[in-house]
Amino acid sequence: MLRKITVVCLILICFLLESSVFGHFAMAGIVPKLMIILTSSFGFMRGEEEGMMIGFLCGLISDVFFGDVLGFYALIYTYIGYTNGKFSRIFYPEDIKLPIALIIVSDLSCGVVCYILLFLLRGKFDFLYYFRGVILPEALYTIIVTVFLYPAILKINQLLEKREKGSVQKFV
Amino acid sequence: MSPVVKRKGERFTLPGKYLLFILTAVCIILMLLSFGTNVFEKPLNTALGYVVIPFQTGISKAGEWMANRSEELVQIKELLNENENLKAQVAALTEENTLLQQDKYELNQLRALVELDERYGEYKKTGARIIARDSGNWYSSFDIDKGSNDGIAEDMNVIAGGGLVGRVTAVGPNWARVTAIISDNSNVSAQTLVSGDNLIVSGDLKMMADGVIVFSKLVDSKDVVVEGDKIVTSDISDKYLPNILIGYIHTINRDNNNLTKSGLITPAVDFEHLSEVLVITDLKQVTEKETEDDE
Repeated sequence: MLRKITVVCLILICFLLESSVFGHFAMAGIVPKLMIILTSSFGFMRGEEEGMMIGFLCGLISDVFFGDVLGFYALIYTYIGYTNGKFSRIFYPEDIKLPIALIIVSDLSCGVVCYILLFLLRGKFDFLYYFRGVILPEALYTIIVTVFLYPAILKINQLLEKREKGSVQKFV
Repeated sequence: MSPVVKRKGERFTLPGKYLLFILTAVCIILMLLSFGTNVFEKPLNTALGYVVIPFQTGISKAGEWMANRSEELVQIKELLNENENLKAQVAALTEENTLLQQDKYELNQLRALVELDERYGEYKKTGARIIARDSGNWYSSFDIDKGSNDGIAEDMNVIAGGGLVGRVTAVGPNWARVTAIISDNSNVSAQTLVSGDNLIVSGDLKMMADGVIVFSKLVDSKDVVVEGDKIVTSDISDKYLPNILIGYIHTINRDNNNLTKSGLITPAVDFEHLSEVLVITDLKQVTEKETEDDE
């Protein structure tokens, strides 16, 4: 229960930061994707199910406020959460390389999928321009934010896990 | 054995791939439904509106306050100079204004004479503050802090600083989403002020880096349209009210078909530094059948 409340709060905080605060600090009109950091890190920390659910909620909230179609980002984020969940087996909290790599790949693939569905299908073929102008800066900016945000998420998750373990032991 | 296993004393769990399948199905159903209807949109807009919007309002106010303070320190000297100039300008403009008012009085008289209504005189407007921007980086839309409780409805036009910003595309009780005309998925039917020729103004992510948007399908058979001409919304658009300034022609080229022209427009609104907008609460009057497309 505590975990659910914390996660919902985290999603809301990330959404608020992403849409209200980082708008003021946008570099060249590009905003970092905190929701991808959140989805992807819970994916590889906790496994497919939790990654998926968090991805779905993150996507849904951005769909409601900014999407043209309900469910578009929800679908993409769900798959990001699921795929990252596959890596939970080789994840160690001490290792920072895997999380960074996974978040970069997640953000890049989200960008490419968005480009294909939103632009390529409307006949805008200049992939290189959009890659250099939007996808790559977004990934870089996201990574810079990850360096600060990821340890916080990791810490929160560890505290939650510790608590869960503690309450289980109490019953035994 | 069924893949959904429930052993004694164990909590009910669903294997990952089944959950993935269910969520995928939910998303696809949501997408299909939101194309046709807005059954889900209304409750979601309402519920999330009450949870998220108060925070966004607070945060954006704080953010704006901070941005303003830092700018203030930098600009005091500049502002003093500017103030001087502006004072001179005010004097000049006041004089001009009186002249114009005289003209307007005369115009009204003449209009009354020819029994023309004042067509574009005054739209009813309400001010709103921008509280969140689309973080998607692909399309440009933003949320404002007024919604259906304040009389905002879908398709209302939004202006700022005398130019067209966009139109309302989704409404919650205390917020509304505005899709900007610079957004890559936006098209506006427009006309030139000089000759009344129709054209289409489309947002373009690629061009927006240079601060311009694209126009196309301008039929200018007499070659009267030149760079710097004003572009306003057209009479035939079914979402946009007529004669709202969009921007000025930046460059103009003849298309390969030799019939139409296309080029770039500099928008009248500074989209980078937008913080307050005006929503026109009058809606474009449309005939019953026209409910499909933008433009």
